[in-house]
Amino acid sequence: MVKPKVLIGYPVKDEIMEYVGEHCELVQMDYSKAITYDDIYERIDDVEGAVVLITPIDKKLLERGKKLKVVSNITVGYNNFDIEEMKKAGVIGTHSPGILDDTVADFVMGLLISTARRITELNSFVKGGSWKKIENNHLMGLDVSGTRVGIIGMGRIGEEVARRCSLGFKMDVSYHNRSRKEGAEEEFGISYKPMDQLLAESDFVIILTPLTEETHHLMGEREFSLMKKNAILINASRGPVVDEKALIKALQEERIAGAGLDVYEKEPMDGDNPLLKMDNVVLSPHIAAGTQRTYDDLAWNAARCMVRILEGEEPVNVIPEMRG
Amino acid sequence: MKRPKIFIANEIPKSVEEYIGDHCDYVMWDFSKRKNFQGIVDHIGDVDGILEVGMKIDKELLKHAPKLKVVSNISVGYNNYNLDDMKDMGVLGTNTPGVLDNTVADLIMGLIISAGRRIVEADADTKAGNWQKGEMDKFFGKDIHHSTLGIIGMGRIGEAVAKRAQGFDMEIVYHNRKRKPQAEERFQAEYMEMDQVLQNADFLVVMTPLSEETHHLIGEVELGKMKEDAFLINASRGPVVDEEALIKALQEGWIAGAGLDVYEREPIDRKNPLLQMRNVVTLPHIGSATRKTRDEMAMVAAKAIVEVLEKGDSPYIVPELRKR
Repeated sequence: MVKPKVLIGYPVKDEIMEYVGEHCELVQMDYSKAITYDDIYERIDDVEGAVVLITPIDKKLLERGKKLKVVSNITVGYNNFDIEEMKKAGVIGTHSPGILDDTVADFVMGLLISTARRITELNSFVKGGSWKKIENNHLMGLDVSGTRVGIIGMGRIGEEVARRCSLGFKMDVSYHNRSRKEGAEEEFGISYKPMDQLLAESDFVIILTPLTEETHHLMGEREFSLMKKNAILINASRGPVVDEKALIKALQEERIAGAGLDVYEKEPMDGDNPLLKMDNVVLSPHIAAGTQRTYDDLAWNAARCMVRILEGEEPVNVIPEMRG
Repeated sequence: MKRPKIFIANEIPKSVEEYIGDHCDYVMWDFSKRKNFQGIVDHIGDVDGILEVGMKIDKELLKHAPKLKVVSNISVGYNNYNLDDMKDMGVLGTNTPGVLDNTVADLIMGLIISAGRRIVEADADTKAGNWQKGEMDKFFGKDIHHSTLGIIGMGRIGEAVAKRAQGFDMEIVYHNRKRKPQAEERFQAEYMEMDQVLQNADFLVVMTPLSEETHHLIGEVELGKMKEDAFLINASRGPVVDEEALIKALQEGWIAGAGLDVYEREPIDRKNPLLQMRNVVTLPHIGSATRKTRDEMAMVAAKAIVEVLEKGDSPYIVPELRKR
């Protein structure tokens, strides 16, 4: 039997390449440099399955990749998929839910504490040789434990963040979500609030909604104006959920105290983005899920999802829009 | 009745100053000026109490304060007290345990996550405009969840850290002069000999007070026993760690990194090699530095001094100086 031809569009560890190689024929790629959309586009002709990270799977790519049956996303978010075009072309999309929840939740807490206690700013302060006297009244931060946190989007990552906030830091946790989560309410002692009330009452607002048409610019000027002056915004979901211009304005006008961001409207960020100059903002380059172990687990999942479908087995981790 | 007189050597909130004014006469240091020994001596000739942070209290100073009855530290650590000298001269000393536990424990979790997940490094790199496409693994860090937290010194702050770590499903091992059965039960913490804690910890948190026995408790031998991918976290007192040994361990890759809020010399020397290390988070001794906690600490310290002067006793007198 001829093995199906597949493409791995992002470097993964050798064992995964070997596993895929046993079941499929691998398209040769040069992983020593960053792989671009064009690299993948050029090689997609007779490929039946692909593992990708954030490569857009759009009409153009699908028109060339006529034999494609499955595209497996290494990550959990899949806004790189043009779902309608994929459906039309009969291409199944899979993703990797459940694997990175803990790792992302850890990072969210790291962003929250770093912003509140000014860890990045004060590390630079010390390393830059500015620490000259013991009195540190000007280096005060904001308390984390015992404060109110509001989580917008209570999915699996939201629940892991709620666990850390509620059990670990004795924070008063509320959430907003399309549907109520009675299980989480009971398990972590958290309460549901309407969006505006959550914004008005929280010391920390954590955005964890997936990016959809409804959540695009969910946080805009009106929402920031509802937040407390000493409140901090954390976003580790997808950049466009927050209207970045409105956020920058809110920070510049000191309508909120700071922000911890892992995602942006444009990634990588532009060099002239005003956020880069702000001491009260912690920035990370979309690495919330970034540990070697988690990445390996994600890549394993994507590889297995793809191989299963190509071998005619029951598909797993198909994106919700393509199920049933 | 003649009101007692207090010297206020550090800045305190208005509300605390008013409280003191209700009970005592007081003089305050001129905070526009740098503190020096002679200046302090000039203020204490006729005072009954001193309210301060980290001031060296020994015979040298005490002989200039013949009326002095009590010194009140606005901090939990009191290694600035020469306890023998104070006993000889009949001067009591107080501190502020309990008030700052949560605030310090928050920062320790912040140090763990920002070192392990490389948040300060990522922030500095992003702000420098270095974010390039397709470099997802550039800031791969170490997972916090389900890793092993080693705590050396299981006092109140140690327990507060353990509580937070539970929210992250961390395994907790500890060493302490005496076992803490309650903590073992509450946090499923396992007691181990010091060496075992060193060998098992992914994140080693040093939480002992500074005393003759704990001076350089963590030296070359101890660092040599730690895992190569482990991190050392110190937010207690600098001299508990042999800084020269730590620098060597970091330079030679015995351990993966460190998160430090305290140093052998503070402010840190500008030539200290730690300042050049990307895998070390350096903070300017801000463990308890939030407005709310500092205000509460100042109030507790003020109440302790008033209690001693009015009633001759206070629960905040440090254990070594308590009447038996």
